[in-house]
Amino acid sequence: MYASQPVLVFDGTLPPMESDADLLRRLRGGDEQAFVALVERYNGSMLRLALSFVPSRAVAEEVVQDTWLAVLRGLSAFEGRSSLQTWMFTILVNRARTTGAREQRTIPVADAGPVVDASRFGPDGAWSAPPEHWIEEAEDRIEAGKLTHLLRSAMDGLPPRQREVVLLRDVQEMSSADVCSILAISEANQRVLLHRGRGKLRQVLETQLGSGRSL
Amino acid sequence: MKLAFRRDLVCQQAVELVSDYLEGALRRSARRRFERHLAGCPHCTEYLAQIRETIRLAGRVTPEDLTPQMRDDLTDLYRRWRNEG
Repeated sequence: MYASQPVLVFDGTLPPMESDADLLRRLRGGDEQAFVALVERYNGSMLRLALSFVPSRAVAEEVVQDTWLAVLRGLSAFEGRSSLQTWMFTILVNRARTTGAREQRTIPVADAGPVVDASRFGPDGAWSAPPEHWIEEAEDRIEAGKLTHLLRSAMDGLPPRQREVVLLRDVQEMSSADVCSILAISEANQRVLLHRGRGKLRQVLETQLGSGRSL
Repeated sequence: MKLAFRRDLVCQQAVELVSDYLEGALRRSARRRFERHLAGCPHCTEYLAQIRETIRLAGRVTPEDLTPQMRDDLTDLYRRWRNEG
C-alpha cells in the first residue's frame, strides 16, 4: 500500500549534493566527471578569493588554473588531514599571494576605524542615530537577485584582508580554524577582520534598505 | 580600577564586542556585561540582529557560474594531466 504511494514533499531544498569525500574518491579513480563536478562547485569561489590578492581577473584565472593543476598533481599525496576544500583553498591562497606580491607592491592601508561611525553616538556613548530597520525589507520586499547583487558589490568594496575572511567564513561557511589555517592568520586577527567586514556589509544594507527605502 | 571595569557598557563599546560575542571569544564576565547591556538596549539588540541577518544573507551569495570557456579550459587541463604519466 505505502510502497505504491510514495510521498513526495517539496520542502524547497535541493537534493543532497555528492560530498567532497565521494568526489575525491571518484577523482582518484580517474573519473573526469568528478573533476568537472569539483570545478563546478569551487571554481567561482576560488576566482573570487584569488581576485582579492591579484590585480586583475586574467591573473586570477591563471592562479585558479594553476591551483587546479596543483590539486591534480597533489592528489596522490593528499592525506586528508584537512578537508579537501581547506587543502585546495590553502594551495590557492599561497599561489595567489606569491603572484600578488610579484604583481602589485602596494601595501594595503590598515583599517582601524570603529565598526559604527562615531558620529552616530552622543557624548555619553549611547546611540544618537540608532540603526534603521531593514531586516524585514531584506526578507520580504527585495528581489533575491538584487539583494545578492548588492551584497556582492559590497563585498568587492571591502579591503582585501576583510574580504577574504568574509568570503571564507560567511559565504563559504567554513570554520574559524580552517579559515585561520588557509589565510595563515591568528584567531584574534581573523575576528578583527571579520568584525570590520561584517560591520561594513551591515552598513551598506542599512544605507540601501533602511527606513523603507527600496532598491 | 575594579569599579571602572564593572561599569556598564555604553552602546559605542557594545557594538565593538559583537563579533567577539558571536565567535564565543568573550570571557564569561565580559559576556555577561554585554548581555546585560543588550537586555536594556533595543538599539544594540537591533544591531546584533542586523549583523546576524548580514551573515545569513552573505551565506546565500553564490559564486558565479562557470563559463563554458573555463569549463573547456579546465577539462583540457585535466586531460593533459592524465597524459602526464
